[in-house]
Amino acid sequence: MKRFALTLAVLAVAAAAHAQVTVKDPWVRATVPQQKATGAFMQLTAAQDVKLVAGSSPVAGVVEIHEMVMDNNVMKMREVPGGLPLSAGKTVDLKPGGYHVMLMDLKGQVKDGEVVPVSLVFEGKDGKKQTVEVKAPARPLNAAAKTDPSQGGHAGMKH
Amino acid sequence: MAFTARTAFRWLLGFIVAALAVWMAGCNRAGDAAAPGFRGIDLTGAPYGRGFRLTDAEGRERTLADYKGKAVLLYFGFTQCPDVCPTALIRAAEVRKLLGAEGDKLQVIFITVDPARDTPQVIKAYTAAFDPSFVGLYGDAKRTRETADEFKVYYKQVPTGSSYTMDHSALSYVFDPQGRLRLAMRHEQTAADYAHDIRQVLAGR
Repeated sequence: MKRFALTLAVLAVAAAAHAQVTVKDPWVRATVPQQKATGAFMQLTAAQDVKLVAGSSPVAGVVEIHEMVMDNNVMKMREVPGGLPLSAGKTVDLKPGGYHVMLMDLKGQVKDGEVVPVSLVFEGKDGKKQTVEVKAPARPLNAAAKTDPSQGGHAGMKH
Repeated sequence: MAFTARTAFRWLLGFIVAALAVWMAGCNRAGDAAAPGFRGIDLTGAPYGRGFRLTDAEGRERTLADYKGKAVLLYFGFTQCPDVCPTALIRAAEVRKLLGAEGDKLQVIFITVDPARDTPQVIKAYTAAFDPSFVGLYGDAKRTRETADEFKVYYKQVPTGSSYTMDHSALSYVFDPQGRLRLAMRHEQTAADYAHDIRQVLAGR
C-alpha cells in the first residue's frame, strides 16, 4: 500500500513536470437545435513555448483552431495556419473577437449548462505532443464575451 | 500715418481673434445636440439599400414596408458563426434595452447569408434566443444574392475542414421610421454608439 502511494506521488510529480498548459475559464456557446457549429473559448497559459495544433470533442465531427479577423468591415473566420503559438508564461485569451476553438458537424444541440469535453493537442518545440482535457460548460447562446468566474471549468492532464 | 510695426501687430491680433471666433463657432455647432452628429456612417440619400423582399420563419413574405413606423436595425449573418453574429445580436438586444421606452420602436432584422443551412426553424430559434422580438429572414440563393447586392453586402462561402464558413460584411444598417436607409454601424462600435444614433433617427433627425 505504501509502495502504491509512493508510485502515485511519483506519477503526480511527473505529471506536474509535464503540465505545461493551464486552461482557465473554458466555455462553449450553446446552440439551438439543428445548428451545426459553435465555438469554445478559454484562456491558455503555457509554461514553455508550445503550439495549439489540434483538437477533438465527442460532440463535434470536426474541431479546428480558428481566428476571426475584420477586414474592411468584412468578417473572416480562418483556421490558424500551423497552429496557435503560445509563448511561455503569456496568457492567450480565446474569446469572441479573436481566437476560438471551432466545433463543427455538431452531433446534437449543445444545451445551456451542458459540460462539453474538448481535447486540445499542444506541440512543443521538440515536436512532442501533449493532450489537455478540457471540460467546458455551455453558456447561453446570448452570453457575452466577458468571463464569469462562477462558471469556471476544469482542466485535467493526459499523456 | 506710416505703416508701423504696431499697426501690423494690431492687424495680426485682429486676424487671430477673428479666426478663433470662427473656429469656436464651428466647435459649438459640432457640439450642438440639434445637429445630427452620427457616430455611424451616414448613408442618408444613398442610391442603394432601398429594401428587400424575403421570407420570415413563419413563411410570410416580408418587405421593409411591413416595419414602417419603426426604426429598423438590419444585420446580415449566419447562425453557424460562433463569434461575430452572436456579438452583433447581443449588442442589438442591449441597444433595445438602452433605448428604454423607445425600444419597442426598433425592429431588429437578421438576414441569413447561408440559407442552405439556416432553415426557418434554425433562424427562428436562433433570433429568439437573443430577443423574441427579433425577426429572421431568408431567401433562396438567388434572392439572397440580390438582397446582399442591393445593400453592397459581401458574402462568400469558404471551405474549412469538411465543412464551410462564410465571410460576410459585418455592418448593421439603420432605417428611419419612414423606411429610408440612414446609417451603417460598424461591428467595432458599442451598444451605446448604436443607441445614440438610433435615438436621433427616431427623433426625426
